[in-house]
Amino acid sequence: MSLLKVTDLVVSYGGIEALKGISFEVEQGQIVTLIGANGAGKSTTLRTISGLVRAQEGRVYFEGRDITDYGTQKIVETGIAMVPEGRRVFPNLTVLENLRIGAYLRKDKEVIEQDIEYIYDLFPRLKERSWQLAGTLSGGEQQMLAVGRAMMTRPKMIMMDEPSLGLAPLVVKDIFRIIQTLKETGMTVLLIEQNANAALHACDYAYVLETGRITMAGTGEELLSSSAIQEAYLGKTSK
Amino acid sequence: MMKKEKKPALITWIIVAVIYAAVFVAEQVLPPTSMLFTVLKKGATYALVAVSMNLLNGFTGIFSLGQAGFMMIGAYVYGIFTIPVESRPVVYQYYDGGLIQFTVPVVVALVLAGLAAAFFAFLIGLPVLRLKSDYLAIATLGFAEIMRVLIQWNNMGPLTNGSNMLRLYPSFNDFNIKDASGNVTVYLSTLVPFLIAGVCIGLIVLLLNSGYGRALKSIRDDEIAAEAMGINLAHHKRLAFCISSFFAGVGGAMLAMYQTTVQAKFFTTAMTYEILLIVVIGGVGSVTGSVLSSFLFVAASEWWLRFLDEKQMIGNFEVPLLRNGFRLVVFSIIIMVVVLFFRKGIMGTKELPDLFRRKRKEAAK
Repeated sequence: MSLLKVTDLVVSYGGIEALKGISFEVEQGQIVTLIGANGAGKSTTLRTISGLVRAQEGRVYFEGRDITDYGTQKIVETGIAMVPEGRRVFPNLTVLENLRIGAYLRKDKEVIEQDIEYIYDLFPRLKERSWQLAGTLSGGEQQMLAVGRAMMTRPKMIMMDEPSLGLAPLVVKDIFRIIQTLKETGMTVLLIEQNANAALHACDYAYVLETGRITMAGTGEELLSSSAIQEAYLGKTSK
Repeated sequence: MMKKEKKPALITWIIVAVIYAAVFVAEQVLPPTSMLFTVLKKGATYALVAVSMNLLNGFTGIFSLGQAGFMMIGAYVYGIFTIPVESRPVVYQYYDGGLIQFTVPVVVALVLAGLAAAFFAFLIGLPVLRLKSDYLAIATLGFAEIMRVLIQWNNMGPLTNGSNMLRLYPSFNDFNIKDASGNVTVYLSTLVPFLIAGVCIGLIVLLLNSGYGRALKSIRDDEIAAEAMGINLAHHKRLAFCISSFFAGVGGAMLAMYQTTVQAKFFTTAMTYEILLIVVIGGVGSVTGSVLSSFLFVAASEWWLRFLDEKQMIGNFEVPLLRNGFRLVVFSIIIMVVVLFFRKGIMGTKELPDLFRRKRKEAAK
């Protein structure tokens, strides 16, 4: 049984259908990515799964449970954490406070302290800057913090919305290293990316989203070698 | 977790203790008519209200302008429940002694004042907190105005005494301990407002440093991210609104004690703006700043700048411009200078203990 299963999801904003019935699955311990151009419905998919947007039709199952109608709070408690687009750390709170906000719904005080140490081990840079205001961190560090904050909810799956957006190529490499680290800890990651090349190299399985529909699916290598993908997303012309 | 530095907290406690001791001693030594005590009493009152407004505007990011309205509710509830029964026929002379014919102890009345304000905040919050920024400010402003008119409504007279003032309830001066012949032996009329404000501000600080406080600050910083972390926005905003209003209500009751009379027409929008100014001058997001600037504001407007309202002679030369009302002109200019050159206010977002901490950067090097 797959960890996350989405079936025939339809979502519309003010009469315009952003998602026209998409279905996909995420297996435990895998990195699954949704790629697509602007407006393809990638972010809408994530927002719907995390309960920020309501679906008109279709169901979302997590560990076999139907979570379609859960509120955001309950979805976080169920074990889905979100790293929002543009990182969105809390700029006027310190790094440590940001991490603690991640654990807001948790009651297990001692384990929270251990988890903070665990995240500091994973990202030593955050430990150095533990008392700094998050707004003063660099883009890459903020992304680390956003991931760390999401991990503080003790999730079974992390969803990342365009983590490489607006970051320098070198930093983007760091980001994908972070994602790889997450996978090594056994975490399941649902990744949304415009940077198709990097995402396809990093993922176990990928779906291609075009104007609200899934048009292609396959492992990273399969899609990388597909000529349609190369033309549309990787900027290679078939000659 | 990192070890918390104990020293700054200790120094802060010592400073607070010294201030309270100084207030107590000053009150025994100096004549009770000194302007200092007027400033201290009103300053303590405003400090509480400013901190309560900061809790909402500075820490939760909800821009509300209903403070005067909630203060008024607090002031009236305090007055209504504490006027001695034998004085009621005099106070409610047009309404046959009024509706309520019992009194409650002062402390109970203070809590009631806060609860009443919080209750109204809860009701008004249900629709209003769905609004954002400017719209929320306008709605809360409107609420305060409506309450002011409602209290003065003739049909509310048996309860609120209509547009007439409430008076003869216990004021700060009633806290002085007197001997049998009526002479004051121990002056407490300034220490008591300090104690009330101190306890209330202490509670607010505890709240801000708790997990709840962190959640409120995260809502201020980024609502969407906060929601993604599983923080219930509506619940937390309502909570902050009610708690802020509770303390505004208590502050209103203190203002009633300070003024010795309560009349709805004094709780105008201008009062809310005064408090907003105090918050801005002190630093949006700093409790210490709000407290400091409350005392500075009250001292400047009630005491230090008073001379500007009277004719001053230097030898035979009459200083021009000085006449009644000029004080307010100078005051406005000072405020403009502060807003232009100290944009983050006196304290920014720092608190008292932060001043005794080594700078992080230096420590890291």
